[in-house]
Amino acid sequence: MTLVEPELAARVLERALGRGGDMAELYAEARGGFGISLDDGRVERPQRGRETGACVRVVHGESTHYGHVDGLAEEDLLRVAGSVSEAVRGEAAHPVALTATRRGTRHAVATPPEDVDAARKAELLRACDERARAAGAEVAQARIGYAESRREVEVYGSDGRAAADDRTRIRLSAQIVARRDDRVETGSHTRGGHAGWELLEDEPESVADEAARRALTLLDAVDAPTGRLPVVVGNGFGGVLLHEAVGHGLEADAVQKDASVYAGRLGEQLAPDFVTAYDDGSRPNAWGSEGVDDEGTPTRRTTVIEDGRLASYLYDLLRARKAGVASTGNGRRESFRHLPVPRMTNTFFAPGDATPEELIGTVERGLYAVSFGGGQVEPATGDFVFGVSEGYLIEGGRVTAPVRGATLVGNGLEALKAIEGIAGDLDIATGYCGKGGQTVAAGVGQPHVLIRELTVGGTAG
Amino acid sequence: MTLEDAARRAVEAARSAGASDADAWAEESTSRRVRVYAGEVESLSDAGGRGIGVRAFAGSRSGYAYGTDLSDAGVAETALAAREAAELADEDEHEGLPDELGSSRVDGLASPGFADWSTERVVELALAVDRAARAPEGVTQVENSVYSDARGSVALANSRGFAASYDATQAWAYSSAFAGEGADLMTGIGVGMGRDPAALDPEAIGAEAASRALALVGARQPESRRCPVVLDAFVAASFMGFIGSMLSADAVQRGRSLFADREGDEVADPVLRLADDGTDPDGPASAPFDGEGTPTGRTGLIEDGRLLSFLYDTRTARRAGRATTGNASRGSYRSPPMVGTTNLIVDPGELDLAGLLAEAGDGLYVTDVAGLHSGVNPVSGTFSVGASGRLIEDGEPAAPVREITIAGDLVSMLRSVRSVGSEARWVPFGGSVEAPPLLVAEMAVSGS
Repeated sequence: MTLVEPELAARVLERALGRGGDMAELYAEARGGFGISLDDGRVERPQRGRETGACVRVVHGESTHYGHVDGLAEEDLLRVAGSVSEAVRGEAAHPVALTATRRGTRHAVATPPEDVDAARKAELLRACDERARAAGAEVAQARIGYAESRREVEVYGSDGRAAADDRTRIRLSAQIVARRDDRVETGSHTRGGHAGWELLEDEPESVADEAARRALTLLDAVDAPTGRLPVVVGNGFGGVLLHEAVGHGLEADAVQKDASVYAGRLGEQLAPDFVTAYDDGSRPNAWGSEGVDDEGTPTRRTTVIEDGRLASYLYDLLRARKAGVASTGNGRRESFRHLPVPRMTNTFFAPGDATPEELIGTVERGLYAVSFGGGQVEPATGDFVFGVSEGYLIEGGRVTAPVRGATLVGNGLEALKAIEGIAGDLDIATGYCGKGGQTVAAGVGQPHVLIRELTVGGTAG
Repeated sequence: MTLEDAARRAVEAARSAGASDADAWAEESTSRRVRVYAGEVESLSDAGGRGIGVRAFAGSRSGYAYGTDLSDAGVAETALAAREAAELADEDEHEGLPDELGSSRVDGLASPGFADWSTERVVELALAVDRAARAPEGVTQVENSVYSDARGSVALANSRGFAASYDATQAWAYSSAFAGEGADLMTGIGVGMGRDPAALDPEAIGAEAASRALALVGARQPESRRCPVVLDAFVAASFMGFIGSMLSADAVQRGRSLFADREGDEVADPVLRLADDGTDPDGPASAPFDGEGTPTGRTGLIEDGRLLSFLYDTRTARRAGRATTGNASRGSYRSPPMVGTTNLIVDPGELDLAGLLAEAGDGLYVTDVAGLHSGVNPVSGTFSVGASGRLIEDGEPAAPVREITIAGDLVSMLRSVRSVGSEARWVPFGGSVEAPPLLVAEMAVSGS
């Protein structure tokens, strides 16, 4: 399907450069989705949406002027282009002829979710609810969510760029509450990807099993310890630590504003030499993957830390131009209502040689942080804080009691230096990442990682 | 064609598609955003948007659909999708349109002066914020200064004959400044908001960003302690926003609120008074009617130390055998109404900030918290969040501190509020909250 004919796109770009500018771009999008949830034993909130719209931007020196509009009507696109062009005061520039549209590598979608009867999706929720409740008499509440989305995007640039992508994502999530007397604990789990219904064909109910297991485990949790302790961070969603404490600081907009603690450190040894990390937007069917980014650049694997050395930042077109390098395919936007900015896709530590048991075995007294409720980082300093949603004490090299209320506080640079071991069990989980008011799907992942020392803020005093 | 007409047509289309009842929420808005970096305009946008969301009932089941196509065909398609979606839901005897429909009078939602502000003038305003943030000695740089505004119209119609609309304007500006160098770089944010750009003081916003960053220069991790804690207005607002979300009857009825079964209980020190008010003329979230056409109002939440009420929409009110408090909230046309706060308001007390610090004696003054939403267990209320700020010694602000966590449980914290500050302000963190600083008698502060 074509959203905007290249012939019309060319006229929009011509008009956008009517009073000059270094680059003009038209981004068009048709996005739609379906979601339904089950809560308190009841299937509810079935919801379907469809939106179309476009964004026109003109880059002039260090300034970007842009406008967006709902719908893809020719007169609206031309009007927005005209209004954006007025912010520039110069001689008209002219776009080069558009190349043939490059279609992003499709991540295989065997069964488009929209081809599956909606009633089956409601049934899946009921099956998950049943499984969660069967996990134990102490399971008090189950909330199961299903969401599918499809984004068709087209990008046309005055430098001749013409690209299109078609992205299908699907996600199943479970949040289970367990209760014993006055104690109430929550466990969550998700499965999702840049994929079709096939992702949910193999034992989807295990998502509910896992969330229920976490909630039930936490019922026996003791108060988290406080102080500086060794921490083993779990695989999969444990990668939030890398995402927050390192990844955001590698995004070139923060770097170029000197608002990142990683600015000016390319080539520096930031971590032990057995540490390598990637951002990979081309990883097949991964949650944060895309065919091309939202500027039409093909996604790829970028090595950000190589053998402990800082190897690359993450660029969109604008920041790449400023740095004199090529875009790494990280120009992403939440929708046609936003400007592209450098964003992570799927960010993860490369697997190492150890096993999780070996890492845990070296810790006399510490914390095993399996999963986080979320986190936040100040890119300028690298300071981070994470809430541990599933954690355990490590005593005498063994995982013992579950803990609750733990928070990890630290600094990205210090945490990288303090990595003592990496296991081989890489897993990538489905995250949503917010930055500058834009939320995008971001894959977070890692194998098990041992960090020599982090500040654990607990409730045990 | 007006928005109200579009909403009415959507309702008719849903009824024609077999819906027993329906409502439709239509929006149209224009917005501007200016981002300044290093004294230059980094980006400037001018945007328009419109859309409609239709909620269709099939008896006691409800479904939702939204779209950007407001043509007759587009609206009919959206209405049909909502009607079809309703078939998927389970029955809920409490679902349905509200019995009480209407509008409250709220003055001043749309500022007549808004139109006087050309794009050139708001660019000047953003540049002034940036200059003010960069001016003080010791500011290393300003990450960005942003001005943003919106002028919008909203219309709601339903199959019980309700149809109404309103216009609103809003303007915000903020700046994020850095002070210090390298690993000691500290950040500070300044914010301002109002119904039009004239309500923003660019010098004050920039100066606030600078002074917040400068106050933290040289921050170190202190030793762990239990001590009195003063939460500044930003931090108090973030906590109150979280508490407000826990007072939603939806969270309560689904067993996901620490306040479940605590109505009438003593949950706070009597000095702390909290209300939700959807009619406050200064409140950014004010409106004449809520997301399903019930008049907005004021709901006392915590008074005399007791939990007075939860916040209800029609469905949760019916389930509880109460009247709705007009708290059916719509983020936009893209989401169906759900229980939410409007404007949360903490009544100011007697002491200014200096007075609160003096009363604290020795303790911690928290100016920033991170990870609140991941660090609080909504069911048990236990929390542990990252924080930075300054120590308080002999009633005066002393050494800046960072990489600390403050921990406890929310009800214990509310019960140990000792004084409420006099300097309340609107803060866009934690929703829309007007809060003063708070002095909490004791909290667990963990450092080294």
